[in-house]
Amino acid sequence: MRYITPRKAAAGLGSARSGTAHHWQMTVSSYALVILTPLFMIAVGGAIGLPQDAVAAHFGRPFPGIITALFIVVGMIHFIKGTRIMIDDYVYGSANKLAIIASNIFGWGVIAAAIFALAKMAFTTPAI
Amino acid sequence: MADVNRGNRPLSPHLQVYRLPLPAITSIMTRITGHALVAGILLLVWWLVAAVSSPGAFAAADWLVRSWLGFLILTASAWALWFHALSGIRHLFYDQGLGLEIEEAKKASWAIIIGSVALTLLSLIIFFIS
Repeated sequence: MRYITPRKAAAGLGSARSGTAHHWQMTVSSYALVILTPLFMIAVGGAIGLPQDAVAAHFGRPFPGIITALFIVVGMIHFIKGTRIMIDDYVYGSANKLAIIASNIFGWGVIAAAIFALAKMAFTTPAI
Repeated sequence: MADVNRGNRPLSPHLQVYRLPLPAITSIMTRITGHALVAGILLLVWWLVAAVSSPGAFAAADWLVRSWLGFLILTASAWALWFHALSGIRHLFYDQGLGLEIEEAKKASWAIIIGSVALTLLSLIIFFIS
């Protein structure tokens, strides 16, 4: 006999109480990144090698600025969650927890740095 | 349990002496490329932050971005990004129960390898002519 109630089986949350949420979040961010990846490469490729003021003006425009911000935010959240799977596979105990914390600090640090730079470019570039 | 044959069964091949099939190689490459993209994103974000910091900071980041090492990192990152994207798309098919047969997995592996190289070359061509 099964010791699980039908209600519990339907919810599918398991002992971790988070069920398939992680997999679903990876799926959602994957679909977003399929679209964002080529757009991001166009946005960044258009600025590599330009002088400093031209780089700032490039990312101060809506398309490169918004696409780059979106890609880095969605991409780094995807990265933090993807790293979590690798950490859980290879690192155990306290090192596991420290690695997850380090991965979050790194991922959100990259997001904060990129958003700061893009915001400064957007708000200090003349509108026209 | 008592009459189970414990001495004469085939052993599971050890990872170090087992030649990985192609789908296994592309599978582990998905994880490796995903994590290796750290290098490319760090270089790009450093370059972005340097561009709003000072002319000296930008000159340093721009020097690395335009050097042969920067070209190597960015080209390898572009390939890793394309590889990870294509094999991520394969995972979305896997989730729908598609492409799980061995022959299909082999074909998809070749499509990912060839596709990622082709898209990287295309990206470089577009970058250098525009």
